[in-house]
Amino acid sequence: MGKVLVVTSGKGGVGKTTSTAALGAALARGGENVVVIDFDVGLRNLDLVMGAERRVVFDLINVVQGDAKLAQALIRDKRIDTLSLLPASQTRDKDALTTEGVDKVIAELKEKFDWVICDSPAGIERGALLAMRNADVAVVVTNPEVSSVRDSDRIIGMLDSKTLRAERGERIDKHLLVTRYDAGRAARNEMLKVEDVLEILSIPLLGIIPESEEVLKASNVGSPVTLNNPNSAPSRAYFDAAKRLRGEAVDVVIPLERTGFIGRLFGRRVA
Amino acid sequence: MNLLEFFRGKKTTAPVARDRLQVLLAHERSVIGKSDLLATLQEEILAVIARHIKVDRDAVQIKLDRGATVSTLEIDVEVPLNAAKVFRPAGGSGIAAPV
Repeated sequence: MGKVLVVTSGKGGVGKTTSTAALGAALARGGENVVVIDFDVGLRNLDLVMGAERRVVFDLINVVQGDAKLAQALIRDKRIDTLSLLPASQTRDKDALTTEGVDKVIAELKEKFDWVICDSPAGIERGALLAMRNADVAVVVTNPEVSSVRDSDRIIGMLDSKTLRAERGERIDKHLLVTRYDAGRAARNEMLKVEDVLEILSIPLLGIIPESEEVLKASNVGSPVTLNNPNSAPSRAYFDAAKRLRGEAVDVVIPLERTGFIGRLFGRRVA
Repeated sequence: MNLLEFFRGKKTTAPVARDRLQVLLAHERSVIGKSDLLATLQEEILAVIARHIKVDRDAVQIKLDRGATVSTLEIDVEVPLNAAKVFRPAGGSGIAAPV
């Protein structure tokens, strides 16, 4: 029986889809059977970030409504055959998703895959609630920035009250993934430190993904960053995070991009 | 404070962000966390009271104070003088209208 993981944040643009693709690919590289599901109905992007946008025929809503079989909607990754994508619908309304339909699809996917990773839409509305509903594990993606931390706090409250596990009185494993982190700026007290964010949100740390050009380069070409450049700083951080999700004890370090002597002397600045 | 700040004489911003968040979230957690529970309690307590005495909805105040170790639930019911007279057995479970 597979584990259901939701990647959520409350705030938009913090890196949910990037992290879903990167973690999904990292877990699949490690030999696990992984499916990533896009819950952002009407604003799907996971297909684009994964480079599968031209292969979408059926989507989550077609499956939920019984218009297509699950096997018809799943898109197998061309680079790793243990990685699959279930895209969201781009044309349909969010209300087309029913609770029962989603529960049924997730139950079916749990039979087939080791990891069912749900990419949540931003916000705290229906779409976000449906994405987290069946989760056993949650990855809360947070930028070291006030509005993102506030929204993450709100989402953590919802994970503790609105998921099926919470309703059954069970615990849901919550992990913090700090993205777009700039260690230099944090050291200069221009950016919240990871310790600050951890103290405020008080959930265990899954990883620190450094701000990096590699993330945009990877999405430009439609490849999870962990596949596009596995040795880059963000990729190494995602691979470590994936190992921690599998229960391995890995020390949290902030991987650094290789910078020249001058760059190291003055600290890397991001405009 | 690092050397750069010392020479610039500028105050850093990250500690300000941390302090603002800590104050804000302490408040938001107490408000959002208890809103569901309080609304449920209010409705159920009102229903129980209304079964026995005639009471105005607004005359029932429910407050939840969350402390570090102990939380207190405060229920304040204003009982009118003639309340006992309108006692109605089974069937009168709804909230009575004012006379």
